[in-house]
Order: sequence, then C-alpha cells, then structure tokens
Amino acid sequence: MAKGSVNGAQPAPPRRLSWNDPDVRSIVYQAVALILVVAIGWFLVSNTLHNLSIRNISTGFDFLSRESGFAIGESPIAFGPENTYARAILVGLLNTIRVAVVGIVLATILGTIVGIARLSKNWLIAKLSMIYVEVIRNIPLLLQLFFWYAIITESMPGPRQALNLLPGVFVSNRGVKVPAPTDHFAYDLAAFGFLLAIVLIIFVVRFARKRQDATGQAFPVYRTGIALLLGMPVLGWLIGGAPLELDVPKLQGFNFVGGATLTPEFAALLFGLVLYTAGFIAEVVRSGIQAVSYGQWEAASALGLTRSQTLRLIVLPQSLRVIIPPMTSQYLNLTKNSSLAVAIGYPDIVSVANTTLNQTGQAIEGIMIIMAVYLSISLSISLFMNWYNKHIALVER
Amino acid sequence: MAVPIIELQKVNKWYGEFHVLRNINLNVARGERIVVCGPSGSGKSTMIRCINRLEEHQQGHIIVDGTELTNDIKNIDAIRREVGMVFQHFNLFPHLTVLENLTLGPIWVLKKPKAEAEATAMKYLERVRIPEQAKKYPGQLSGGQQQRVAIARSLCMNPKIMLFDEPTSALDPEMVKEVLDVMVGLAEEGGMTMICVTHEMGFARKVANRVIFMDRGEIIEQNTPEEFFSNPQNERTQLFLSQILH
Amino acid sequence: MTTASESLPPPSISTGPIAWVRERLFSSPLNTVLTVLSVWLILMALPPFIEWALIKSSFTAATSQECRAGGGACWAFIGQKYRLILFGLYPYEEQWRPLIAAILLVAMIVASCMPRFWNVSLPIIWVGGLIVVAILMWGGVFGLRYVENTLWGGLPLTLILATFGIAIAFPFGIVLALGRRSRMPAIKTLCIMYIELIRGVPLISMLFMSSVMLPLFLPEGFSIDKLLRAQIAIILFAAAYIAEVVRGGLQAIPKGQYEGADSLGLSYGQKMRLVILPQALKIVIPPLVNLFIAAFKDTSLVVIIGIYDLMQSAKVSLTDPAWRGFSIEVYIFISIIYFLFCYSMSKYSQNLEKRLATGHKR
Repeated sequence: MAKGSVNGAQPAPPRRLSWNDPDVRSIVYQAVALILVVAIGWFLVSNTLHNLSIRNISTGFDFLSRESGFAIGESPIAFGPENTYARAILVGLLNTIRVAVVGIVLATILGTIVGIARLSKNWLIAKLSMIYVEVIRNIPLLLQLFFWYAIITESMPGPRQALNLLPGVFVSNRGVKVPAPTDHFAYDLAAFGFLLAIVLIIFVVRFARKRQDATGQAFPVYRTGIALLLGMPVLGWLIGGAPLELDVPKLQGFNFVGGATLTPEFAALLFGLVLYTAGFIAEVVRSGIQAVSYGQWEAASALGLTRSQTLRLIVLPQSLRVIIPPMTSQYLNLTKNSSLAVAIGYPDIVSVANTTLNQTGQAIEGIMIIMAVYLSISLSISLFMNWYNKHIALVER
Repeated sequence: MAVPIIELQKVNKWYGEFHVLRNINLNVARGERIVVCGPSGSGKSTMIRCINRLEEHQQGHIIVDGTELTNDIKNIDAIRREVGMVFQHFNLFPHLTVLENLTLGPIWVLKKPKAEAEATAMKYLERVRIPEQAKKYPGQLSGGQQQRVAIARSLCMNPKIMLFDEPTSALDPEMVKEVLDVMVGLAEEGGMTMICVTHEMGFARKVANRVIFMDRGEIIEQNTPEEFFSNPQNERTQLFLSQILH
Repeated sequence: MTTASESLPPPSISTGPIAWVRERLFSSPLNTVLTVLSVWLILMALPPFIEWALIKSSFTAATSQECRAGGGACWAFIGQKYRLILFGLYPYEEQWRPLIAAILLVAMIVASCMPRFWNVSLPIIWVGGLIVVAILMWGGVFGLRYVENTLWGGLPLTLILATFGIAIAFPFGIVLALGRRSRMPAIKTLCIMYIELIRGVPLISMLFMSSVMLPLFLPEGFSIDKLLRAQIAIILFAAAYIAEVVRGGLQAIPKGQYEGADSLGLSYGQKMRLVILPQALKIVIPPLVNLFIAAFKDTSLVVIIGIYDLMQSAKVSLTDPAWRGFSIEVYIFISIIYFLFCYSMSKYSQNLEKRLATGHKR
C-alpha cells in the first residue's frame, strides 16, 4: 500500500459489492449453479426414498451376501445357485474382463493388418480392406452380434453333423469345440518355458544394445526372440516326456464331451466385437501411419537405412505417438460395447447385475455396481493415458 | 575429363502423362561443384532426386561412382551410402535428439560403435557451429539451425557426393546466410562433389564450377558462372535471369 | 547449346491397362502372393453367396415351406413382413403417416447438410418440421386418428430417437462445453464430472437407469412412458459427447479471436454468440455428423429395454410361427437400411471435412 502512495497513485478504491465486478458475478453464478444442482439432487433423492419406502424396498448392499438362486451359463470360477449375489457379480466381472482382454488382443492384430492393407500399393488388397472398413463401421454392432449369433445357432448343424474344420475342432450350433491339453506335467513345463523365453528376450535385447554400442555390430534380436518363444515351450514339453495325448472332444449321445468349448454366446460376442472394433482400429492405424510425412521416409532412405530399419527406427516411434491415444479410446469402447452381451445372453457384468436387480428389486444398487465397474475401468485407462501422453509428447519450441 | 563420378545418359521420366525429364545428359567430374537453377516445375529437383533414386527414371542410364542405378536394392543402398542429401524442409527426425539424428546413420548403416559415431557427430556439429545444441530436439531449434543439423547429419555418413535440394528456400531471410556460410565452407575445403539446386546466385558465383539452367524438363544451357551470368545464350535463360537478378 | 525437344508420350510400358495391372497387382513377389490370395478369397466367398442370395433364392413364395425348397435365401419373407419391419405396430391403414414423417425427418437432415441453409432458416425448419412430425405421429387433430406412442415403431422411431436425441442434446452440449472451459472452478468441476461420468459408462447402463431408476426419481403419482425415458437417456448420453466435440472446436479457435472480441468491448455472451461459437461450430460439423451416425446406430440398443425400433420390429417379425428361421435374411435387409443411412452420412462428413480443410488454408 505504501508503495502506491509513494508513486503518487491513488490508493485502491475500497471494494463495493457491485454487479459489475466480475469476481462478484462469478461467485453468484457458481453459488446459483451449486444450489441448483444440490436442490435437484435433494429432490431426486427424497422422491426416491419416498418411493422405495412405499414399495417396501430397503436400500443398501446387504443383498450381496444372500444366496443368488440362479445359475450362470459359463463362468471361469465355480458358481452355482447356492452361491451369493456377490460371487455372481464377480463372475460377471470376470466374464467381462475375459471377453474384453481377448477381444482387445485380436482386434488390435486384425485392425493393424487391415489398416496397413488399406495403404497397400496392391489395388485389390486396398479396395478389399476399404470395403471391410466401410461395411463394418456403418452397421450397428448390436445387429452384427445378432447376425453372428443367428449364423451360429441357426445355420450351423447340430452336434451330430458338426463341421469338422480341423482334426479335433468341431463347429456346431452348440458352439466351437477345440482340443485342450490334458492335465500333464509337461504342459506346465511348456508354459514355464514360455515365461522363461520372455525373460531371456529381455536379457538378449539388453545385451544386443550394449554390444552394438561398443562394437557397432547389430545382433539379430528378432530372429533370436522368435526362436526362443517357439523353442523354449517345445523344450519344456520334450523334457516333460513329450506326451502326445490331448483332451479331444468326442461325440457322445447328442453332444460332445471333453475338450474346451467356446459357447455360441461367447463366440458370437467375441467375433462381433473383434470385427467391429478392428474396423475402427484400422482407421486409427492408417491415420497414424499417414501422419508421418513422406519426407521422413525420404530422409531415412537418403541416409541408406533399409525399409525395415526406417519403419522400426523412424516411422513407428512417430506414428505410435499419434496412434496410441485414439487406440486406447477404442479399447475403452470395446470394453463398454461388451455390455451388449446382455442382448445375446452372455453373462457379463451388465447381464448378471440386471438379473440380480430384477430378482431383488435393488435397482439403484445394481446400476451403481455396473456404473462403478465401468467408471473405474475408464478412469484408470484415462489416467494411464494422461501419464503416457506427457511421457511421449514431442519437445518443441 | 577423367572418369565422371556421376553420369546421366539420355534420362527420361514421366509423371503419368507428364514428361518431367527430357533427354537429360550430364557428366559430373569428381570434386566438381554444380549449381542447378531454373523456374519452378522445371524438373531440377526431380533430376537430383533421381541420382540417389528417391525417384525412378524410366529411360536412360544413371551411373554413380561406377555403379548403375537399377532395381537392384543392394546397388541402391550402396549408392545412398555414398551420396548425402539435404532437403528443402530439413526432414530431421523429430523424435530423436540432434545427436541421435546424427548418429543414426553411422550406427545402423555404417555399423560404427556408438562412442565413435558420437565423436564424429560432435566434430561435424562443431563444423556447422552448433555443438551446444546436441542434446536438444529438432523442434527446439530455429530453421537455420535445423538445416545446419541436416547438413551435419549427411556429412556424418562421410559421403563422396552431396546433393542439396533448395536448402535455403524454406528459411527466413535472416537465416539464409548461416546455412550458405556452412555450404561455402564445405566447398572451399575441396574434394567434395556437390550438386546444389538453388536460386542463390551469389552462392553460385562464389563456389560453382558450372551453372546449369533447366526449363520444362530439359537442360537449356550450362556454363561457367562468369559466362553464364554475363553472357547467357538462350532467351529463356535471359528471361529467367532478368526475373531473379534485379 | 540450345536443344528443343518436344514433349514425348511416355513409353507404353508405363501406361495403359497392362502397366496398370503390373503396377497395382504384381509389382513385387509379395504383391503377387497377396493378389492371388485375395482372388482366391473372393472366389471362395462370392459365388456361394450369389448362389444363396440370388440364384437359389425365392422372391415370390407364398408359404414358408415353398420358400425353403430352393435351398437359398427367402426374400419372399421380407416381402411378407416389410410393413411390420419398417413401421412396427402402427395401425396398418395409417402407416402413410409415419412414412411421411420419416421422409420429412430425412429431408430435414439433408437440408441441415447443405451450407445454403446454414442461417436463421435452419432452426425455423427444425422447429416447424418437428411439430409436423409430432402431429403426424400422434394425430388427434385435423381429423387424424390418435395413435399412442406405444404403437410407434420401426424406421420412423429409430429416426425420431436419433434426431431428437442429437437436436435436443445439442444446446446442452454447448452449455457443458462452455462450462468446462469456464474459469469458475465450481461450474468447471460440475461440467467435468458430468461429462466424464457419462463418457465412462456404456449407453446400456444409461438405458437401464432410465428404465428402472427414473420412475423412482419422480414424485409419487408422476410417471413418464417408456419411450420418453429412453429418449431422455439418449439425450443425456449424447450431450456429454457433443460437449467434448464442441470443446475441441472451441480450442481450435485462435486466442487472437477472443482478444479481438474483448478489445471491441463485447460482453461474454456477445463474444460467444457473435464471434466464437459461429466459428467453432463450423469446425465441429464433421465430428457432429459422426456423432449423429453413432447415435443412429446406438438407438438400436433400445431393443434391450423393449422399445419397438427398427431392430426390435425386425426381431418381432421373426417370431411369426408360420415363418420361422429367416433371421439371416431379415438381418441383411435391415443392415442394408442402416448402411445406406450411415454410409451416405459419413461420405458427406468426409467431403465436408475436405472442403473445410481447404477453406482454412486459404
């Protein structure tokens, strides 16, 4: 304050409450908005409580520990009608995660192939992938799910006439039957070999980088990696005694026994989600590759880098920055879209929670559970995204 | 003239129906410094881009340092190792630091140890007078600095031939000089074969052994800088010179 | 040193159909393999499909058995049921009304796509059009029979849900977007919470919420019908997505425009209405069209809460005991309808994007 008077300026005028003061306006606006939201919230909550008391529904999550009394068609963990609602919802959650994870992996692979194919110099390949992308993206996913479900359950023959596509693989209107490894020590060893191979690859990559830094000699990391990934599980299987028996599905009476099953519901849902999301991922990949200017290719070739080196060292690191954010949102979409499972009867989280709320009348709690599950998945992915974006942002002036 | 390091014999090229290079014949001697000029769309960039096969010619022969450019990938890679190129828009790799931009080629193409590649890179960065920028990313540099990094990046491959494709035309006027100074320095050192597409006539007078004028896909006139500027023969050359020198 | 050579035609080896085939299909061993593979794929898939869909199919059969006899597709089924599929349970002799309403809605959407209507006339067209649509659908005036909205169905209903959904959500979306960019922390937080909450959950959970929770939210004695509840869910859902699209548009407006408006002494409202929003909304038209396509596809989810849209009427047509087992034909039929709508809109949005992009460069 003293400074002001030293310079001969007027001391700041005392603040008066005035509508022309932007700070005052801002506080009033915010207060009005908050009051409005709280009032609406209070109105809804009080109505709800009143309505619930009329209908004799108690609120709270106590119902979760009650016996569910319904069966679930497929479940990664043991489940029966005597188990609790909480366990039923856990089954639903696991089923959602199962279809989402498998779907994301397959959709990424298919989408990347189609996206690259759209940029192919080969006219036929480019046109075919364009037709695929346009058709898939412009038809509702739900319709596609119904379509695949109908193909499997209506157009496929019964188990007795099942299509035997490959030895031991049967497709019928009861789903897809595939051979499964039996419970043998050798298969555990093979799985262990696979894990060991991944660890070894990490070491190989480090060793290769050090050697190249020191001597300039590149090490064939890719070939070694593939050899390890294929070789180690085979080695484990051989050490275990190389058992040849598999649990092959066999026709017994009217259905198959043995082997592993993809139910029609899971198969249709997975197939639909993968084909649909791959159409969108293809566009993401295509625009990511196109985002790297042609000059980058030219500069790399002018330096004498080969095509694959250019792709690996110059183009991919740049297009990944463009691709990854929209790619994550496609992953999120796939996860959210897996909720359409309810329409074809796959017991995902929405479908189980829906059954629960119909049986118990605990509508609010059921919907809160669904929303909480999806919100936590979405939030954790977007937190990761923000971190990643900061991590890789290009440094510019 | 001894065996030329670059030989173009009756080179023709079309973009679709458009005849972009017409019957180009050109011999470049070892250590020669050539400036190519001409109106835009005259095919001068296309011609030098054919020399390291960024563009394919359809007829005629291009022989670089004794190797003919064909579809053989081995030959193309070998020639690109000998030929450095500087682009109009720099084409630095934005995701790598300046130092990494410079060492990428030596490490992956020349198979040099990292330490050695970095030492060479620093040497050339000093030569283009920006060693202090080594750890920065291209996006943090000015246009002139970026172009100097691009020149250093080509030099790190230790090329016998340097191609410059309008290296100063995307730069702000005050940055042109710093890039030209680097190029003049390179020329004065001698030994390097240089072909430069540019409209910087001062640069041409100062360093070129020969100036080539191209128009509509053909070489119209070539001469020493003194003759070329004081006594142009063809009327198209005269018209062009009157437009850019005034 | 003057040589005057003429422009020669390119050597025949680099043009003409043979060169085209060589360049586009067989330029390298890999390309040749890919070409052969795709031709094989087409040969495997296309002839059986054509045989099923066109050659062995039946277009005129009068009964289900007759239709199956050929062993191909039964398009006669569509001929039998198309009124049910397209218009649902709407009284048969009154179905010209939803037909006109649907045409009107499509015409309004097409008009909104034409830059020449991007002025004051557009809101007038919309308000007027929607009133006419409502009169046609409900009736009860001008001698039209009253038709309850529980009887509405099929394609007009799908169009209504999507159009009303986007049209009503649009102003909400703008408010949310402005709120999210506001400097007032409370308002900003509220808007962010709403947008992120909605975008984090699937539309199905919103539809469930509106169908089971909305009745609980209302005071005793009030009730809203099923269709309106679904429409509310779609509006609430779409608003969050529109908000994000509009926010993208607002961010694309250079700071200088805000400063320019401020320096003229415009108030916040004037600044937004006269300077910022007109520019921002133009940028966001292509993503908005994409949102509309998504909404059009997503309305099919109302099947799950039992609303009679195009998808549901198609499924109902399959339950006729006299005609069982033609679901593939029906699904292909409505796929074509959905595809025609969505594809033409997405082509339009791509064109627009190109046009706007060039407009910006100049």
